Amino acid sequence: MCRVVDLRQAVLAKNDAGAHELRAHLAARGTVVVNLLSSPGSGKTALLERELLCARERSVPVAALTADLATENDAARLARSGVPVKQVLTDGLCHLESGMLAGHLEGWLPDDTRLLFVENVGNLVCPASYDLGETLRVTLASVTEGEDKPLKYPTAFGLAHLVVVTKTDIADAVEFDEAAFRANVEQVNPGVEVVLTSARRGQGVGVLLDRAMAAADGAPVHSPVMARQPHHHGHTHTHTHADDGHTHAHPEATGAMAHTHS
Amino acid sequence: MHEMSVALAVVDQVAEAAARAGSVTAVRSVRLQVGELAGVVPDALAFSFELACAGTLLEGAELVTEAVPGRARCAPCAHEWATGMPPRLTCPVCDGTRTELLAGRELQILDVHWDDGRRQSPSPTHATAREPIPEER
Ligand SMILES: [Zn+2]
Repeated sequence: MCRVVDLRQAVLAKNDAGAHELRAHLAARGTVVVNLLSSPGSGKTALLERELLCARERSVPVAALTADLATENDAARLARSGVPVKQVLTDGLCHLESGMLAGHLEGWLPDDTRLLFVENVGNLVCPASYDLGETLRVTLASVTEGEDKPLKYPTAFGLAHLVVVTKTDIADAVEFDEAAFRANVEQVNPGVEVVLTSARRGQGVGVLLDRAMAAADGAPVHSPVMARQPHHHGHTHTHTHADDGHTHAHPEATGAMAHTHS
Repeated sequence: MHEMSVALAVVDQVAEAAARAGSVTAVRSVRLQVGELAGVVPDALAFSFELACAGTLLEGAELVTEAVPGRARCAPCAHEWATGMPPRLTCPVCDGTRTELLAGRELQILDVHWDDGRRQSPSPTHATAREPIPEER
């Protein structure tokens, strides 16, 4: 016979559970993950190379894992910094998932690693949906990518704990409108810090490492509006959640529920 | 295009639930809630879903997507608004930044319509299937 079965399962539940597990596992051994998201050609690798060198100078044990569809150039470049680097080919997959990352770390990641930088696959769409167990998620864009980049990729910018602008040395040449960029970031992610960098001139180099170290030391990271769970407690509404048969997605106002289920 | 990964995750979860329930012969449809800010393109998802279902218990199943508009609320001034896309997450009334997202990030399987080989029984015999709550229709 025919049945309707209520499942009510988050589609990415498996990835999220894997991410929580990995985060806890790494935290227990003192390692924190920094997930770096950007479009191809954003200058992410050049900046990361500088940050890794910086970490070496400060004697912070770091490692980097770079995920790419094909080339090996990024890994070779990062390896010049002298820190452990691993190249992962995703076989055409447009993003990393937490289970894949966990598998790649096994038997490779040195025990004393404090910070693991993960250079995610180069695009701003797919990786945004997958928690990798990171403590700090950083979204990067170069000045050449335009001020409206945050509005074109609201999930990537909206879920970032930190936004990094690269290649500021050519900002004038490409007429980068910093104020407009900042306003667009603010629209999708109110309160997130925006850091300006130039790997070539050294501007802002070391800031990413500073923020990562602060997060690793337990300093609170920015909480993006988009990442907050809709289930809030202790707020102004005195609505009780006693009847557990209810949907958990819209606990707030009945007005909102009526709206979304029209 | 991660819609393929999303579709595969949906198929996996439904197939698992069907295996737990036992004796499911075919899945007719899957109802999915997709928030406006979930970062998923419904058309791409529908296309991927068809491919992901091929050769599984879900072969030929229909994907029904229920869109959830993004809604936000300003904590200080209590104003509520539709976020739109790209979303506006600062308050349009007071310019505040302490915003709560009420809806729009959903990406979940609501329910599944399937056939099982069982005859109509007076009481559900799904003692082992904890998650799915079958309701006969
Ligand atoms: Zn307000």
